[in-house]
Amino acid sequence: MTVLVLVEHEAGTVKESSLSTITAAAKIGAVHALVAGDSDEARQAADAAAKIAGVEKVLLATDPAYAKMLAENIAPLVTGLMGGYDAFLVSATSSGKNIAPRVAAKLDVMQISDIVAVEGEKTFARPIYAGNAIATVESSDSKLVITVRGTAFDKAALEGGSASIEDISGTGDAGLSSFVGLEASESERPDLTSAKIVVSGGRALKDADTFEQVITPLADKLGAAVGASRAAVDAGYISNDYQVGQTGKIVAPELYIAVGISGAIQHLAGMKDSKTIVAINKDEDAPIFQIADIGLVADLFDAVPELTGKL
Amino acid sequence: MKILVPVKRVIDYNVKPRVKPDGSGVDIANVKMSMNPFDEIAVEEAVRLKEAGKAEEVVAVSIGVPKAKDVLRTALAMGADRAILIQTEAEVEPLAVAKILKEVVAQEEPGLVILGKQAIDDDSNQTGQMLAALLDRPQGTFASKIELDDDSVTVIREVDDGLETVKLSLPAIVTADLRLNEPRYASLPNIMKAKKKPMDEKTPEDYGVDISPRLKTLKVAEPPLRQAGEKVGSVDELVAKLKALGVNA
Ligand SMILES: Cc1cc2nc3c(=O)[nH]c(=O)nc-3n(C[C@H](O)[C@H](O)[C@H](O)COP(=O)(O)OP(=O)(O)OC[C@H]3O[C@@H](n4cnc5c(N)ncnc54)[C@H](O)[C@@H]3O)c2cc1C
Ligand SMILES: Cc1cc2nc3c(=O)[nH]c(=O)nc-3n(C[C@H](O)[C@H](O)[C@H](O)COP(=O)(O)OP(=O)(O)OC[C@H]3O[C@@H](n4cnc5c(N)ncnc54)[C@H](O)[C@@H]3O)c2cc1C
Repeated sequence: MTVLVLVEHEAGTVKESSLSTITAAAKIGAVHALVAGDSDEARQAADAAAKIAGVEKVLLATDPAYAKMLAENIAPLVTGLMGGYDAFLVSATSSGKNIAPRVAAKLDVMQISDIVAVEGEKTFARPIYAGNAIATVESSDSKLVITVRGTAFDKAALEGGSASIEDISGTGDAGLSSFVGLEASESERPDLTSAKIVVSGGRALKDADTFEQVITPLADKLGAAVGASRAAVDAGYISNDYQVGQTGKIVAPELYIAVGISGAIQHLAGMKDSKTIVAINKDEDAPIFQIADIGLVADLFDAVPELTGKL
Repeated sequence: MKILVPVKRVIDYNVKPRVKPDGSGVDIANVKMSMNPFDEIAVEEAVRLKEAGKAEEVVAVSIGVPKAKDVLRTALAMGADRAILIQTEAEVEPLAVAKILKEVVAQEEPGLVILGKQAIDDDSNQTGQMLAALLDRPQGTFASKIELDDDSVTVIREVDDGLETVKLSLPAIVTADLRLNEPRYASLPNIMKAKKKPMDEKTPEDYGVDISPRLKTLKVAEPPLRQAGEKVGSVDELVAKLKALGVNA
């Protein structure tokens, strides 16, 4: 089997989620990496991809139409290549989730979403019902289209490969959509999905200022990423890209500290694979304590500043 | 213009799903079923566009068992004008759902299709994108804001880095994220009125779509169970535990 992996990149480097996807792909077959984007940055990313252990070949498609990864433009590029491949894999990021089903439908293939294990050439495990069940599914399609949960696979090594880079061209702009802008959260902090420690705040944090005053100093002290429950995001304490859960980001850090979060199943879906979970909640019956390794029943407005001070 | 809203009947989000002892699936017998929460948001958005004078008609469609009529009635009570039930006892995968919806779109010719971004049972997050692909139309997935103009729609999307804005030509496909709006509760008078609104009944065969599954579920298992750990009595104890784990700050 030969597998095509769409590599996501930023500022000339390959994103960590794509490194995990390459590991998953290598369990299925020989890995070819597709790098699409505009000019120099994409070329740098292709050079980086060629060095990744396990990558046998890099395909580079440069076109201004590929710069923003619009699904309408990227999907035809991928489907055009799939004649030569048995499987297409991409990370289950917002971009991968946007593109993959478009590829699958064009190939008349039923996509397998968010896999957490490769159990055979065409057999995969994936969480359903907010992670309350793990389904093992087997595909009967002639080609596979798969999105990969990054936290479930190790990252491929950045060095060790020496793939060739082939320039290719696609159909460019499909003329259906255009990129207008991105309002990105500026943060010096580690990336939420790959951080070793995550400090998350919930509805109990009251408002944006309080969230900042209570959660940020603890996160700073620990060199941690900041996360949030849906309730905290809905209430405007922090922006959407911090939401952890079934419909937000999936994280699995070494240490997850949940502050003033009740532990709804939709939140647990995003963090219950963390190595150690610490919960601080004033309600001793909060469901979060049922999965926490270390629980502290306390008012967070006393406990968190004290903790920050004593670490 | 007309707006089409596909809605799915799923396990209620408050129910904790249980895996069947024989590993064949999740037990949905006798559990509360509701409209997929993202689809409530999709219906709400369509109804608001109609109330704002930007759309003339809202049509809700569901593919599923006869009981899926309940979620269609909810959509009608929220303000949809009519409903289509495409009845089947089979489990229909997103690709087949998208193929059926493509045929519905061919008949109804909506300017906009608004779906949920994912169904909370299977969590596939595919159907809208697949429908867009089959129709060769643009897609605005994970929408947190929609602005409809005469020949285009501007969609603000919740993406991993923040909020992305794209402009799509019409007709287009949009999938709703959590913060697009807060769906209304249907009032009692509207629930009564909904009973008189038209509901068409069809089958997948009426649309000539083969819904045979491509994926076979070999087994469904409980995830590894996490045990509750211990509670500590003070911040000092917590600090000691964290230090023992090698956390040094
Ligand atoms: C379709 C759908 C998708 C969803 N997706 C997600 C998702 O991806 N992520 C997510 O997080 N949620 C999601 N939710 C929402 C989820 O169901 C919960 O509503 C949400 O997680 C609750 O957030 P919370 O724990 O911050 O708030 P609450 O449930 O209100 O909990 C607040 C907690 O803070 C504690 N507390 C209050 N004051 C203090 C204090 N002074 N000191 C200490 N503790 C205090 C309380 O005891 C309580 O346990 C989803 C819901 C739906 C329907
Ligand atoms: C109890 C249960 C058991 C299952 N068992 C299996 C199994 O054994 N094997 C298997 O392969 N699959 C199984 N499935 C999955 C099922 O057959 C579909 O593949 C899956 O539910 C569709 O994926 P999704 O709803 O997550 O799609 P998504 O792509 O997440 O749905 C997105 C949106 O598409 C629209 N939509 C989706 N479906 C419909 C619909 N039917 N009608 C109208 N609009 C719709 C809605 O707007 C929805 O918000 C099971 C599902 C359930 C509920």
